[in-house]
Amino acid sequence: MAYETRFDGRRFDEIRPIQAKAGIIKRAVGSGWFKIGNTEAYAAVYGPREMFPKFKQNPETGVLRCNYNMMPFSSAGERVRPGPSRRSKEIGMVTERALRPVLDLSEFPNAVVDVYIELPQTDAGTRCAGICAASIALADAGIPMKDMVCAISAGKVEDKILVDLNYEEDSHEQGVDIPVAVLHNSKQIALLQMDGEISPEDLRRAIELAKNASDQIYEAQKAALKDKFLLKE
Amino acid sequence: MGEIKVKDKDVVVPGETLAVGMDFLPSYGTYREGEKILSSRLGLVNVEGKVIKLVPLSGVYQPKKGDTIIGQVVEILLTGWRINTNSAYPAVLNMKDATSEFIPRGADLTKFFCIGDYVMVTIINVTSQNLVDLTMKDAGLRKLMGGRIINVGANKVPRIIGKQGSMVSMIKQYTNCRILVGQNGVVWVQGEDPAKELLAINTIKKIEQEAHFVGLTDRIKEFLEAHK
Amino acid sequence: MIEELRNEIISLLSKGVRLDGRAPDEYRPVVIETGVSKNAEGSAKVKIGETEVIAGVKLEIMTPYPDSADQGSLMVNVELFPMSSPEFESGPPDINSIELARITDRGIRESKCIDTKKLCITPGEKAWMVVIDVCTLNDAGNLFDAIALAATAALKSAVYPAYDGEKLDYKKKTSERLPLKGLPVTVTVFKYGDHFVVDPSSEEDKTYDARLTVSVLENGNICSLQKGGDEAVNTEDIFSMIDLARVKSKELRKFM
Repeated sequence: MAYETRFDGRRFDEIRPIQAKAGIIKRAVGSGWFKIGNTEAYAAVYGPREMFPKFKQNPETGVLRCNYNMMPFSSAGERVRPGPSRRSKEIGMVTERALRPVLDLSEFPNAVVDVYIELPQTDAGTRCAGICAASIALADAGIPMKDMVCAISAGKVEDKILVDLNYEEDSHEQGVDIPVAVLHNSKQIALLQMDGEISPEDLRRAIELAKNASDQIYEAQKAALKDKFLLKE
Repeated sequence: MGEIKVKDKDVVVPGETLAVGMDFLPSYGTYREGEKILSSRLGLVNVEGKVIKLVPLSGVYQPKKGDTIIGQVVEILLTGWRINTNSAYPAVLNMKDATSEFIPRGADLTKFFCIGDYVMVTIINVTSQNLVDLTMKDAGLRKLMGGRIINVGANKVPRIIGKQGSMVSMIKQYTNCRILVGQNGVVWVQGEDPAKELLAINTIKKIEQEAHFVGLTDRIKEFLEAHK
Repeated sequence: MIEELRNEIISLLSKGVRLDGRAPDEYRPVVIETGVSKNAEGSAKVKIGETEVIAGVKLEIMTPYPDSADQGSLMVNVELFPMSSPEFESGPPDINSIELARITDRGIRESKCIDTKKLCITPGEKAWMVVIDVCTLNDAGNLFDAIALAATAALKSAVYPAYDGEKLDYKKKTSERLPLKGLPVTVTVFKYGDHFVVDPSSEEDKTYDARLTVSVLENGNICSLQKGGDEAVNTEDIFSMIDLARVKSKELRKFM
């Protein structure tokens, strides 16, 4: 069977419309908002601040701590009981891992930089949207960061390699979902996960699609941060 | 030869290329990768000759030796007080550094400062682990009574103070308020007239919003004129 | 210093102003946006000044409780997200978010704006459960009123998902609204010395003597009350606070 046209009519290398903003959560030190299609993520950064519990402090460097959560009413389908789940804890951890390569927390021994990611609305690609929002938030918070991190899902549905899967594509029986995060300048991979069966050649093509799409994400993140500092009369 | 890719006062995001070429010197907030100089945080570009650095636009205060700050007492210790510095690192003010009076051992330290009091202090030392020691013995340092406290971004403090204190003097003139600006972004305002206190506070908040724009002094003067 | 802050607030109030220049009975700008979360059956984002919260309504099919076999049910949950304030911690709901949830729940439940009998599908077998979740995005003071307003606005805009008697299809929303009548409006009045204030900012929120959360119906009657704060309040003051709440509720009602 061939997947001729995407459910929403996009080209296979086309990502959904994106929007991004910075500084929308006023009490946080830094914050970001990222929307791709119908998936929307807020991220807020607090820190560097004192780390509790004390035994988790690292005397050599500050520590990054990421918390990922979907609001109970955010999914297509049933309500999700509030509170951390194993899935959300794992996503928090891979998000941390995706952001660490660009951060330099050596000026902040014993301190923590907390990132909170919340999604009010989801349509697949949630961990990627979270990472994009978190990247904006960390930059907004003035954390020493050598590059931005851009994340997007790629994958395969039936016989087609494509980028930015929506919920229908992600839950397709013959769908392979590959969330990828790259550092913008070097295009090095900071997050890579996959579920489904795929040949190495197809995997390579999917990753290339993701890397190409990352530039559009970077432009949106950059515009969001610069836009915050435009004088609005 | 090389090329600068940005203008002075441009806002740049992490990882942006600021210049290409080996004769430029990367300074605060920038780093070199091969031929390029890139930004290492969100900031405002500052080019002086061949030196490229960033002025931070955000970020939590990092305690520095010599800074005079306004902190809040959060704990009474055996021989001093723990002070919140508005950073990731609490600081300690020892009895012996608090005042030129002699404080006997076992004295009731709350007679001097209680939890919740705001104090103006100077940082005498910051260790490698960012532990901070304070003193209150220099001129002008003291407990702050009355007035109002507002928090601004620490990186905006230079603009709030202005060249040789010109900005804060202007605010004091128009509002008749006493104003003390801590390097850590904690500002104390005290005036006779609550409306003037509020004007001083709103002016400071306006500077915080527009700190990075050209012509700030004129805009603030206009604002103060319009509301006096 | 909390004492000093309180004294400053009271001294300003005796001159008719507050720390940010507002009048004691003045709300910051209120903005309500519905339909902000497409997957929810109903949703609303509310901003009061810089305080921002988002509420979502989900409908589920439940088996009615044995003692109310012909009724569906309503549940209100509030999440104080750590992202919205440096003072909120991760973890299970603390007593403040529990109080907020229960106050919001009571306001809606006791207004009888939802007749739970109308939520019944088949007595003893199937009924609708309406779950409202309110999440805080930014806390700049007065979460009580923002949360209550978001919950009611989300409820008002909620529609049933497609249900054919067997299967629930959340992806197809019908255009049938919930059976609502007479929505409550909640106003929390804060007392500082002899002064009454609405919509405190974060600074004011730190040091009030007492507060009274009042849910007001369209006809001016009240359907729920909650007193908070550590000081005891005399009866006349309680009624002054209720009066102020009733007046302000009319203003807030216009936003819905």
